[in-house]
Amino acid sequence: MNKLGRWGLKRSPWVYHIAAASCNNCDIEILELFTPRYDVERFGIVLVGSPRHADVLLVTGVLNRKNLPRVLEVYEQTPKPCAVVGIGTCVCNNHIFRNSYNVVGPYDKYLPMHAYVPGCPPKPEAMIAGILKALGKL
Amino acid sequence: MIGWSGWGLAFRFIVFPGFLFTVVIGLVLTWVDRFVSARVQWRKGPKFYQPFADLVKLFTKQTMVPKGSSKTVFLIAPVIGLTAMCIISVLLFYVNFNPHGSFVGDLIVLVYLFSLPPLGTIIGASASRNPLSAVGASREMTLYFGYELPFLLALVVPVIKSGGAIRLGSLVMAQQAGGPFLYSVSGVIAALIVLASIQAKLGYVPFDIADADQEIMTGVYAEYSGASLIMFRLTKAMMLFLLPLFLITVFWGGFANWWAIPKFLLILLLIILIKNTNPRFQIDQALRFFWFGLGGLGVLAVILAFLNL
Repeated sequence: MNKLGRWGLKRSPWVYHIAAASCNNCDIEILELFTPRYDVERFGIVLVGSPRHADVLLVTGVLNRKNLPRVLEVYEQTPKPCAVVGIGTCVCNNHIFRNSYNVVGPYDKYLPMHAYVPGCPPKPEAMIAGILKALGKL
Repeated sequence: MIGWSGWGLAFRFIVFPGFLFTVVIGLVLTWVDRFVSARVQWRKGPKFYQPFADLVKLFTKQTMVPKGSSKTVFLIAPVIGLTAMCIISVLLFYVNFNPHGSFVGDLIVLVYLFSLPPLGTIIGASASRNPLSAVGASREMTLYFGYELPFLLALVVPVIKSGGAIRLGSLVMAQQAGGPFLYSVSGVIAALIVLASIQAKLGYVPFDIADADQEIMTGVYAEYSGASLIMFRLTKAMMLFLLPLFLITVFWGGFANWWAIPKFLLILLLIILIKNTNPRFQIDQALRFFWFGLGGLGVLAVILAFLNL
């Protein structure tokens, strides 16, 4: 990608939120990014409703047999280049669900992950740092 | 318009006051919109280059065509509105700076051209084979039939007041001679109706029913990505510049003087504040509001205009 495109991508990452069966804790923290307190529109980060508009996919929750095909489909629907950021400890190492019967394993077996943000839930500041780091790796 | 050479015509359509000029001003205005919205919501808001960064980024992204959609129509649909906006900008600037030069009936041509962007979105959304886009397209169609009736009724008022002129140049000249049409009871009512229609044409908040983010995932634009999404965004940006200019031309004495700038900013601020202080209508509520609320007001304005009020 050329320099100008990289500048644009870093200044305007549009975020799509995939809630892959998480406990809703990380999801609420993601929504907090867009409140006046954190106001990520300063950095051009906008929450979009359709994966076709997205540059960054924020995934939360443990990957299991039911939601694996759905997450993969949303990834395929996203125009490339796009970054995938894992939010929460569940994405990093399956957390307390690792011995569960329906868990099919960590995300990086199926998707190219660009950054992980650990925490249960992580702080919004950490999420902003994670999104920007993921865009730096594209 | 007569006497322009080929290159002059191309320059007017592509550079000034056509495509490039309108796009740059329109993008700056979308930044103003986002910045003022952020300040209303007690946020800091984006930097001034934000719309340009969005544009550059969308150019580098892949343009995807959904499986099973009709490809040609899907990719051509965004161009319809963009072309219409280029023609409108050339016409509006020409009419305001040379009121004698335009042709009879350009008011009607402008009304038709302003109805092309919703047509483009409806065609594109229907071609995309997405159920949410289909819902958005049907809503856009209903909304279009809703706001077009009071919009046309309100535009009858300046025509009556100028003594039956349907040339924009004659409207501008009549206002330069006898004062803007806005400074009368019927003029105020008609201008408010046009303001509400502008809000709906832009798809801004009380009427963002067709591309509601939270309900139907940006509805009509759900399947668009990359360069084709840019065209829709540019069309919206150009409309944000051209619709208030149209309002000033028809009701507030034309924009061939410096007073047009504060007038324009006032209208823009009104649009942004209406956007930020209202909840979304349901589609049936919007239709009722436009037909029975504003439609009735429009008839009243026309009667008042006949009585010279």
